[in-house]
Amino acid sequence: MTGATEELVVQRLRKRYGDHTAVKDVSFTLPPGSSLGIVGESGSGKTTTVRMLVGLERPDGGTIRIGGRDRSAPARGRAERLARAREIQMVFQDPYLSLDPRVTVGQCVEEVLRLHFPMETTARRERVAELLDQVGLGEREAAALPGKLSGGQRQRVAIARALAAEPRVLVLDEAVAALDVSIQAQVLELLGTIRREVGIGFLFVTHDLAVVRHITDEVMVLREGQVVEAGPTAGILDAPHHPYTRLLLSSVPRRGWNPGDAAAARRSLG
Amino acid sequence: MTEYETPALEIDGLGVRLPGEQAARPILDGVTLRVRAGETVGLVGESGSGKSVACRSVLGLLPPRARTSGEVQVAGRDVLAMNRAELAGLRAGQVAMIFQDPRASVNPLRRVGDFLTEGLRGAGTPAAAAENRAEELLDAVGIRDPRGALRRYPHQFSGGMLQRVVIAAALAGEPALLVADEPTTALDVTTQAEIIAILTRLQAARGTGMLFVTHDLELASAICDRVYVMYAGRIVETNGTDALFDRPRHPYTAGLLACTPHIEAAAAAPRPIPGRPVSLAEAPPGCAFAARCAHAQPRCSEETPELAHHGDGLAACHRADEGIKL
Repeated sequence: MTGATEELVVQRLRKRYGDHTAVKDVSFTLPPGSSLGIVGESGSGKTTTVRMLVGLERPDGGTIRIGGRDRSAPARGRAERLARAREIQMVFQDPYLSLDPRVTVGQCVEEVLRLHFPMETTARRERVAELLDQVGLGEREAAALPGKLSGGQRQRVAIARALAAEPRVLVLDEAVAALDVSIQAQVLELLGTIRREVGIGFLFVTHDLAVVRHITDEVMVLREGQVVEAGPTAGILDAPHHPYTRLLLSSVPRRGWNPGDAAAARRSLG
Repeated sequence: MTEYETPALEIDGLGVRLPGEQAARPILDGVTLRVRAGETVGLVGESGSGKSVACRSVLGLLPPRARTSGEVQVAGRDVLAMNRAELAGLRAGQVAMIFQDPRASVNPLRRVGDFLTEGLRGAGTPAAAAENRAEELLDAVGIRDPRGALRRYPHQFSGGMLQRVVIAAALAGEPALLVADEPTTALDVTTQAEIIAILTRLQAARGTGMLFVTHDLELASAICDRVYVMYAGRIVETNGTDALFDRPRHPYTAGLLACTPHIEAAAAAPRPIPGRPVSLAEAPPGCAFAARCAHAQPRCSEETPELAHHGDGLAACHRADEGIKL
């Protein structure tokens, strides 16, 4: 399996809700093992875009391909649905809502393995332990219900569960936004390690440009459903061309920040 | 400003404890902080640090059945000793609070105008004068067509616009103190910038003291004159913003700085603090941060360090004098 053929290619993706076009001709390519940040504010279409990628929304136009296999039309049958699920997995923002409260952490990960891989019970249990270990969780957590875990631990479970399917692409929709900053840094470091070791591609949906700086190679800025600027992360953050990207950057608080600069940037946007 | 001037807020040795089995350690333990007129003071910490409980105590809002010790003085009067009528007067006049979720602060069934004039009318302002005042306030927080806005309902406003309305209402009573509990956390970044610009401009113009509670160190560093850092119910360090961020003395402050992602080109990758914050069910002996601290010595898990003077600030660390390399 060569790298180039396994890339995720999205072309002219569109989604309308009534009169409102939520996503308008969004195109990008995610090579295997690379990390793309999708940045925008609420209503920018960033979440709708990735929900179409995983199959939670149906696109009104455009194509989504991984390794040339199209996944923009609805899946026909269970086998195809499973095959698609294996290619792209998603981690959601709120770890308190994304896990079944009645299923232990170990069973939650095991369920994914049972669905996708024919394995002996003992081999499957070993794999569960291995996956949990990869995200820094041990036997004690494996036996626990999600209610007994902290937000950071739950997000680790969500990551382990996504990795269990051995996807080509992991979509992280504001996956660290709800975490305390010291825990957020732990999860970011974990994600960096996973990307190096597993060679998985990341689609990192976020509003936080400081996080984008540290976890992505490329970034795409969305506004009102359209891509306004895209390219290498450092280049865009250091020398933004589009006035909206400049507005986003001038809005990020930091020492010596003047929130009035953001107001000026907004005026220049018109 | 003289030393004798009464501060807008003075919290002295505040302790808040839940009865019996509910918690192993106090929610707040010996919290002492001060906000002077016109000053912006940051209260920073992670979840469970007690920052929200501390700031709500200023309005006399405490967890049910909590036992308190120490004093919370607003404009020289102890909030913890107030009766219901006095508390109502305090909340209507001296202190205004801005919460994270503006939708939880307004009555969805009442017009924005009613919400804004309620306090003024209660204080005896005639209806027409109160309405004019509300219109001025909406104009000051940048709401277009303020007269029309008075007739609209909260659901007709976006989150950012509604937070402006809440700020306008907070300023209506000309309070001596504003308490803002993560007021922009739920908003988009560009909206956050606008709200912060409005809040800091109006607060500076009126000489209002502000206690700004946030988990966002970058935001605190951008707007605060001084910052208090909380961990597990205690203040672990405080100093002027520049001194605190340039030369932190407590390893937790240094750790928070290192784990926050910075936007600047030369910024180092965020470095995590191992472990997790202490929950209310845990009461480790000695320094609560010792288990996560790279600089901990055996002494740290035996003796609780007192908050003591180091340079211009205060730090609660046995090794605060040694300095930390960032």
